[in-house]
Amino acid sequence: MSSLLEVRELTKQYPAVRAVDGVSFAVEEGICFGLLGPNGAGKTTTVEMMEGLTRPSSGQVLYRGAPLGAGYKHEVGIQFQSTSLQDFLTTREVLQLFGKFYKHTLPLDEVVRMCALGEFLDQDNRKLSGGQRQRLFLALALINDPALLFLDEPTTGLDPQARQNFWKLVRQIKAQRKTIVLTTHYMEEAYALCDRIAIMDHGRILTIGSPQDLLTEHFEGVWLELPAGNLNGHRTIPGKLRERPGYVDIQTTDLDATMRALLAADISLVGLKVRQPTLEDLFLALTGHELRSGS
Amino acid sequence: MNIFLALLHARNKEFLRDRGTLAWNFAFPFMVIIGLALVFSGPERDLYKVGLLRGDGPPPTAIEAFLATDYVGFVPVTALDDALEKVRRHQLDMVLDVRGEPHFWINSSNPRGYVLERVLQGAGRSEAIHKEVLTGREIRYIDWLLPGVLAMNMMFSCLFGVGYVIVRYRKGGILRRLRVTPVRAVHFLSAQVASRLLLVLFVTTVLFVGTDLILDFYVVGSLLDLFVVFALGGVCLISLGLVIAARTASQELAGGLLNLATWPMMFLSGVWFSLEGANPWLVRAAQLLPLTHMIDAARAVMVDGATLLDVWPQLALLTGLSVVFMGLGSVLFRWE
Repeated sequence: MSSLLEVRELTKQYPAVRAVDGVSFAVEEGICFGLLGPNGAGKTTTVEMMEGLTRPSSGQVLYRGAPLGAGYKHEVGIQFQSTSLQDFLTTREVLQLFGKFYKHTLPLDEVVRMCALGEFLDQDNRKLSGGQRQRLFLALALINDPALLFLDEPTTGLDPQARQNFWKLVRQIKAQRKTIVLTTHYMEEAYALCDRIAIMDHGRILTIGSPQDLLTEHFEGVWLELPAGNLNGHRTIPGKLRERPGYVDIQTTDLDATMRALLAADISLVGLKVRQPTLEDLFLALTGHELRSGS
Repeated sequence: MNIFLALLHARNKEFLRDRGTLAWNFAFPFMVIIGLALVFSGPERDLYKVGLLRGDGPPPTAIEAFLATDYVGFVPVTALDDALEKVRRHQLDMVLDVRGEPHFWINSSNPRGYVLERVLQGAGRSEAIHKEVLTGREIRYIDWLLPGVLAMNMMFSCLFGVGYVIVRYRKGGILRRLRVTPVRAVHFLSAQVASRLLLVLFVTTVLFVGTDLILDFYVVGSLLDLFVVFALGGVCLISLGLVIAARTASQELAGGLLNLATWPMMFLSGVWFSLEGANPWLVRAAQLLPLTHMIDAARAVMVDGATLLDVWPQLALLTGLSVVFMGLGSVLFRWE
């Protein structure tokens, strides 16, 4: 697969802080690439440099093998986390306005159908619900039929149903072979949508790969999650123990042996959960702090 | 061009649909003009006040002529001491006692007393100086005031209308959203200027026509020339708004800066009174303000019947300032 976008040794130095510190990776055409990290990890700055909004202190961003040029804005679509739009304009008028900015656009009907905007097409954009707003912002990012789509925390603040709906839309867009760069706080979102993810912290990439490969690479077996009180000081259980507030996680490759050891030690199994390792576990293992602790 | 027109159209819609602001844009200046017209209209008031002490008999002939002078109000007084106290405080310009031998008092620090003295001494004499009577329609204070009030209203609309809107766009992330599209700063800024100019000229025209129907203004020069003066002045003030809104993302700071720009103009540019004879440095300072030149030119056209050729220095200055402000505004402009 050829890379559509490539980032080479990207660095951004602000007077007091180095926000991005020599980051390199490539985004292959047609995939959904997730950039994960807590607030302050440098992912927003990295994405802004990829979008052409912020000039790197050093390093390069290449689109189809060449530095970002004047035509780049026609090729990309960007959905910001929180922007407002011109007051008093309806959904339809906002779409028409943004459509005028580009040489090539998708037919309005198609964008409306794709993002399910029909029911509020003639409503003032300020009166839309959170989910409707995000769908309109997605439609604006798609109006020029971009080859590359940036989605910045697209479901932050949405209720679970609106989030599920939004994921469905993103999957439909993926099916059209568009390349997506997604930043998110939500591990389940990255797991559900991304083909590849990069985890960032303190301006650097900690690891990069497909979510499944990364989990297989870093974890073996399953996790047992027990209320901390149940263990009552016991620490001689087979498996790797990890403590977090209120709970103890036991990572094991031999579930039977661990269960037997727990019963033999007379440890209560009330509240026990057996689960697969998640990206959240991976993040914790890599950085030593939880992903959303900074948000 | 497409992008410019799309942004212009969007901004116009935004303004025209904001009914409250739109109504206020018409209502406020309309109320100011009508209010001032009411305050300053009515019968001519006396220009001078004389306290008069008279006896039972008719006053001497020379005094009779003085008593018949127009625009001098004669207030009967009984107690001389009280009347003199009023002269000391400039509440009366003169006290005239004609009970016996005519006698008058004036205050040496009251210029009106001086004029009254001259009038009194000259009253009734008609030496061989030829008198010619001219007729002509009076230019009321409101006729003189109108160009100033219209221009001031345009100033507020241009500066706040452009300044606040751009800062709001920046703060709300609208500029950020536009920045990632092929929209360039020149598209965006020119659409803002064009939209605001169209709107202020429309509002000013409606106001002029509307208040003219009620107050019947005295316009000596050409209305088209007046329109050109207002259009050029509008461009200049909007460009100044672009400079103020070039970078700030805080509405509070923008409000402060806009007030800093508008208040001196409101008082020094000759909206309410002429600065003729004022302190020379104040007059020089006023020359730095675009509104001064706009009002000077508008008043010259309206009141003195000047043509565009006559007011070319003001028009040239407004054009020059517009170029400077637009250049500064676009160089300083930041999307975020």
